[in-house]
Amino acid sequence: MQIIDRRLNGKNKSAINRQRFIRRYREQIKKAVGHTISERSISDIDSGDKINIPRRDIQEPSFHHGQGGVRETILPGNREFISGDRLRRPEGGQGGQGGDQASDQGEGEDDFVFQLSREEFLEFFFEDLALPDMVKTQLAQVTEHRRVRAGYSHQGVPTNINVVRSMQGALARRIAIGGPHRRDLKKTRETLAEVLEDRALSEAERKERVTALEAEIERLEGRLRSIPFIDDYDLRYNNRIDIPKPTARAVMFCLMDVSGSMDEQRKDIAKRFFILLYLFLTRHYERIELVFIRHHTSATEVDEDTFFHSRETGGTIVSSALKLMLEIIQERYSDSAWNIYAAQASDGDNWTDDSPLCGKLMADDIMPLLQYFAYVEITASEHQSLWHQYAEVAAIHGHFAQQAISGAEDIYPVFRKLFKKETA
Amino acid sequence: MSAGYISESSEWTFELIERYNQEIGQIAEEYRLDTYPRQIEIISAEQMMDAYATVGMPIGYHHWSFGKKFLQVEQNYRRGQMGLAYEIVINSNPCIAYLMEENSMMMQALVIAHAAYGHNSFFKGNYLFRAWTNADAIIDYLLFARRYLSDCEERYGEEAVEMVLDSCHTLMNFGVDRYRHPPQLSARKERARQQEREAYMQTQINDLWRTIPRKEADAPPPDRVNYPPEPQENILYFIEKNAPLLKPWEREIVRIVRKIAQYFYPQRQTQVMNEGWATFWHYTLLNTLYDRGKVTDGFMLEFLHSHSSVIYQPPFDHRYYSGINPYTLGFAMMTDLRRICEKPTDEDRRWFADIAGSDWLETLDYAMRNFRDESFISQFLSPKLIRELKLFSVLDDDRKNRLEVTAIHDEGGYRHIRKALSDHYNLSQNEPNIQIVHVDIEGDRALTLRHHQSRRRPLHRSADEVLKHTARLWGFDVRMETVDESGKVVNTRECSLEN
Repeated sequence: MQIIDRRLNGKNKSAINRQRFIRRYREQIKKAVGHTISERSISDIDSGDKINIPRRDIQEPSFHHGQGGVRETILPGNREFISGDRLRRPEGGQGGQGGDQASDQGEGEDDFVFQLSREEFLEFFFEDLALPDMVKTQLAQVTEHRRVRAGYSHQGVPTNINVVRSMQGALARRIAIGGPHRRDLKKTRETLAEVLEDRALSEAERKERVTALEAEIERLEGRLRSIPFIDDYDLRYNNRIDIPKPTARAVMFCLMDVSGSMDEQRKDIAKRFFILLYLFLTRHYERIELVFIRHHTSATEVDEDTFFHSRETGGTIVSSALKLMLEIIQERYSDSAWNIYAAQASDGDNWTDDSPLCGKLMADDIMPLLQYFAYVEITASEHQSLWHQYAEVAAIHGHFAQQAISGAEDIYPVFRKLFKKETA
Repeated sequence: MSAGYISESSEWTFELIERYNQEIGQIAEEYRLDTYPRQIEIISAEQMMDAYATVGMPIGYHHWSFGKKFLQVEQNYRRGQMGLAYEIVINSNPCIAYLMEENSMMMQALVIAHAAYGHNSFFKGNYLFRAWTNADAIIDYLLFARRYLSDCEERYGEEAVEMVLDSCHTLMNFGVDRYRHPPQLSARKERARQQEREAYMQTQINDLWRTIPRKEADAPPPDRVNYPPEPQENILYFIEKNAPLLKPWEREIVRIVRKIAQYFYPQRQTQVMNEGWATFWHYTLLNTLYDRGKVTDGFMLEFLHSHSSVIYQPPFDHRYYSGINPYTLGFAMMTDLRRICEKPTDEDRRWFADIAGSDWLETLDYAMRNFRDESFISQFLSPKLIRELKLFSVLDDDRKNRLEVTAIHDEGGYRHIRKALSDHYNLSQNEPNIQIVHVDIEGDRALTLRHHQSRRRPLHRSADEVLKHTARLWGFDVRMETVDESGKVVNTRECSLEN
């Protein structure tokens, strides 16, 4: 017989099959991912996902019997039936009256569920965004690491030896191994003392006993001496592990117009826009705080759920949001301690008299505090006053970017400069 | 006494596996189990999932459906809904058995006894495996198949290969020969051979498939026989040999899928026997080990715990009931067979006159070699076992409002239950009976399949999908007619390539 250890052979033999499965059901998975994006909060986006696909979509067809006709089944565990009994058909389609339809419904109930890894999930997320490959890898990878202490290990390089730990270990080992010898030694010494005291013994006898005992003492002392002071086994090394990354903290402001014209679809695009900035920031900052500000004629700070899912009506005064953002920065996020990013999504409407004020606020007060400001206008129509005012801001401040978009694939250019700095 | 134990800890080592194998092997020899040489491979749980997903063909070709299976297994395993199979064993020479590294020493010993001796001797002895599978060549063949398919992928693109595979997979169960033609060359066989050769020649010279149909309008069609002359049940075989437009590499893929289907066909027909045999032997071998003082009480308790969960049969109204557990039925029948040989009752003597009181080893060996599930059950299911399992039979006729209990475990019901259960394992009754009956050589080259309906059982609606795949392979329209038991056509389906 032969025994072969295959454990070190590659696992993931099914990786190729898995990829092929994912490729084949791209459309369904994409739909599921899209659903997740709209359900999930922005800060949760950076992890894997559980995907549900209706089971009937991935059934492999074959010739087999459907329900109906006559069939006879053998069942175990009879308790009360005798032959000739007539029973009601159990509910749940087992009986087969419904034919094919019933069975299809039955199949539909349990979805095919599986886990998409973080990388796979992001790949689907990036798909519509038309990101350059370079940026994709940059966002998907956790590249930077920091080494932190993580206890002690048995293995390591000599420079990492932890002396105190090693000596503690050595001491404990010496005590443990030497214990029995030391006990014997003590006993032998006591016997020796007794023998020396013992008057009843003749000189010759005493001498003989003493010699024997002294030899024993010497042997035991030799044993104790031969216990190594320090052994390979005692060595402890400082253990360090790599943990991903970064250093500073950042705050990200999400500003969105929630007036009536921002419908669900536009909000969905806006969400992807915010997510993309968030993903970028997670690569660079250890802690990111999110602030959501929504506005129509007046602005309020809200939680994420309200931000994306409630809808208001009325006019639009953008400066209200900018003012609120400025207040929050001054109150909670001093620009010396925080890196401040802001992203604004709007359909471009603004009360005309308000736009110059916005331009001024941005150029003079806000932009100097910010690392980056990205503005997307989700509209197909003509640009209005706000756009032109912002264009002037962009001319003064290099870290301001604006973009008019009509779909998710247009989002990326607004960040181009931001990412370019990184990939360069 | 403790000196006699092979091991006392639950940790396994390679040396201990070797020792257990020796001890078990020695006992197996005393019981005259005839096996292929063994090869035991230690793998991790993840590798077990891989192996599981590829239906125990660790070197199979790549296809998304295996990925789907893998995801399913992985998800269930992670959720803890399912333990992994203890073992996977491959019908090859040497017989490869996989042991999972997470197993305890007891489990490794159990798997060795179950797979490396139980299944192994079944593969070597059972007539279906002897007739249909070639244990020496299978590994090489699988390797060949994988290499061939990845070459094709490189040359023709993954998508193209995947399309052919998808289509073949839908017909996989109809890619097997159910009966071996008699080996001696009868005159009929000779003629068939010649016809085959002729057909081959014809495809070569492209007469059968001439692009322009002959238009000798007035001349009555020469006395051309129907083609194929006899109905063909091996659909993949027919396609491989006759589909007009398949490219040579596509034809080879059809052949590969067909060969693999044929390789697994005996396993599908002997599930109860195979598992029953292996379970019976792990039970017997490990008990003998215990009787000889080689294993500890703890080992035995752990063993009995997992053994009894393997052979647990929930009653029909239990929430975990999902059909008759083949391990339970198989193990119970094998054990019962031994009992009938060793301690027959009067009832056994009436039912099994020929084996009651015979040598149990010989009788079990005979049963293992010469039967498949269907015939095994119809031959050896005893009234005592029917009573123990409390089997009863229910008739479901969709034209009647109520189900009817047709037989239970009493004197009047034994034969009925035995017959019905045996039918349940008869693949040729269980699967729809579908044959190729006609190819319109003169006309549109359409392929006609005939579905012989029995007991009014309809085809599942995914049959329409399968027809599309069949048409894709055939290259021309495919029709299917369903005939009832009197021969009347009750339903037709058609898949034309235009849409």
